[in-house]
Amino acid sequence: MTSVIGAPNATETRIVTKRLRDRPEDSWTLDGFTQSGGYEAFRAALKLDPEAIGAEQVAAAGLRGRGGAGFPTGTKWSFLPKDSYPRYLVVNGDEGEPSTFKDRMLIENDPHQLIEGIAISSYAIGCNLAFIYVRGEFALGFERLEAARRDAHAAGFLGANILGSGFDLDIVIHRAAGAYICGEETALLSSLEGDRGMPRIRPPFPAVAGLYAKPTIVNNVETLSTVPHIMRMGGAEYAKLGVNKSTGTRIFSLSGHVNRPGNYEVELGITFRDLIESPELGGGVRNGGKVKFFIPGGASSQWLTGSDEHLDAPLDMDYVQQTFGVMLGSGAVMVYDETTNPALVAWRLAKFFAHESCGKCTPCREGTGWIEKVLYRISHGYGRPQDLDLLLDVGDNISPGLNAPFSQTTICPLGPSAVSPVVSLHKFFREEVIAMCQNNDRALDVTASDSGASDLGAGE
Amino acid sequence: MAFTPENLLLANEIVARYPKTKSAILPLAHLAQDQDGYLTQDAMREIAGMIGVTPAEVLGTCSFYTMFKRDEVGRLVVSVCTNVTCLVMGGPEVLEHLEQRYASDKEVTIEEVECLAACGNAPAMQVNYEFHESLTPGSATEIIEAYKAGELTARGVSGGVAGGGQG
Ligand SMILES: Cc1cc2nc3c(=O)[nH]c(=O)nc-3n(C[C@H](O)[C@H](O)[C@H](O)COP(=O)(O)O)c2cc1C
Ligand code: SF4
Repeated sequence: MTSVIGAPNATETRIVTKRLRDRPEDSWTLDGFTQSGGYEAFRAALKLDPEAIGAEQVAAAGLRGRGGAGFPTGTKWSFLPKDSYPRYLVVNGDEGEPSTFKDRMLIENDPHQLIEGIAISSYAIGCNLAFIYVRGEFALGFERLEAARRDAHAAGFLGANILGSGFDLDIVIHRAAGAYICGEETALLSSLEGDRGMPRIRPPFPAVAGLYAKPTIVNNVETLSTVPHIMRMGGAEYAKLGVNKSTGTRIFSLSGHVNRPGNYEVELGITFRDLIESPELGGGVRNGGKVKFFIPGGASSQWLTGSDEHLDAPLDMDYVQQTFGVMLGSGAVMVYDETTNPALVAWRLAKFFAHESCGKCTPCREGTGWIEKVLYRISHGYGRPQDLDLLLDVGDNISPGLNAPFSQTTICPLGPSAVSPVVSLHKFFREEVIAMCQNNDRALDVTASDSGASDLGAGE
Repeated sequence: MAFTPENLLLANEIVARYPKTKSAILPLAHLAQDQDGYLTQDAMREIAGMIGVTPAEVLGTCSFYTMFKRDEVGRLVVSVCTNVTCLVMGGPEVLEHLEQRYASDKEVTIEEVECLAACGNAPAMQVNYEFHESLTPGSATEIIEAYKAGELTARGVSGGVAGGGQG
């Protein structure tokens, strides 16, 4: 990558966030929505051949899932088996990936936009009953969605024979109850069926056997909120935005040690430096400091550092994956300045994954717990110099080879996600971590004292 | 306590929304928790009866989810985030302060939680699932005191309407 000349000056490109920024006073109401063009795209879509919407608009737009995996939406829809009904659309509004806060904003402030996206998508795939699985903690978001659903129904945009088209659609809004793993699509389906939220082995994929064992499409809130705009602009026109196979805009949730944390909708292809430093975006690191490291795609991603190579990388899903083995994931970018202890951040992430492991696979259930314990002692002054290698060994049991794209011994990617902070510490902060462990006199030899063999001495 | 007549109507409406009744466990448990202040054994038995599964199945599902409190909690459940953005923006300090301050206050239950999706204004907490952001230990205390004094109206313990009535 060539380095950026001059100061970054990227700005937002507001498509999905336009209404909620332009009219914060009423963007979530039916009036606010219809006065700013709402439900027009749905009206127009109802006159089209349903199959053409997926193929000619959504696929042509190059739309890729905004929930984490970046899978092409049109392709996913095409996996539905022919002539198998009923089929369901399930909206993933569980947003629990640490430091991601874009879906909550879309749910609270533009619920009709989501409903319009659901309506168009349901029409396109032939679904008559859709579910929105909303994170349980989003009490206000749930209320706003319920109100929007009722108002849309009363105005004839939901229900039977919508706008005289012969198309029927109802939406059930389902409030979850606090479990990060339910964001994983198969765990979400188990949870929606009234069971513990534990992932299922794929195949079968949900498109073939999902909710109640029926064909089911699971899509993220932002993905579906983009669909009305693709219809309005035309898929080919939408595809002109962005870079390579990362088309369009995405909302990045920027947080941590930046002057202007918040959600920014930008065209894909600007750089991390633009996002972090542009005066209209992140506004630079607080107190004029420097980036020590940042986590580019939610807690599950491996990290990047404040090096020019990393900061000048474009927001391109495939480029960052192939070049650095990191992901844009859920669009969360957490920035840490030079005052930060990276081992402490790694420990807190490990604690999160250990807490959220559903317990179904041994390497994840046991491994995340051990990673958390060892990172605790490193980050709290009890570490031993060989601890980092111990962590890599535990990590290797969960994600053999420790490479990206990762392999896994587990049912779902949560286990390997817990290895990301470990690998990142090893790659970028190995010396700092080992020095931290050498400079403390509190290292305990747990094995020796537990067995009563104190004469073996402490450590090394 | 069993569902009140109004909540029972709502509960039946909720069950009817789903192609399979078992899907209603989570929403019914929220309703019961808003009504009773926590998820009682009686409520789980009643839910089981309504949807045709065993009480053990309802417990099995509900015990998976952190929002369901199976023991009595305070009228105000305060959830403080200490995940990786709040961690470096003062979340742990807010948590420690509140834990000390309300240690013996039966009306207030303080809990540490994972990321609440409010990282743009960290540190953040929820009081009965209402968001409060950009906190300091002092401002967090003032907010809780405002709820205690009735200056702020609290949601139910499950984040719905206190006493039930939302599903
Ligand atoms: C542990 C885990 C947690 C996840 N959490 C979420 C989430 O909160 N929201 C979301 O949309 N996708 C989440 N995903 C991704 C989903 O499994 C799925 O890929 C996505 O909802 C598909 O929608 P999309 O194609 O529109 O992105 C998670 C995945 C994993 C493995
Ligand atoms: S990897 Fe972890 S969270 Fe995923 S299914 Fe296995 S035990 Fe559950």
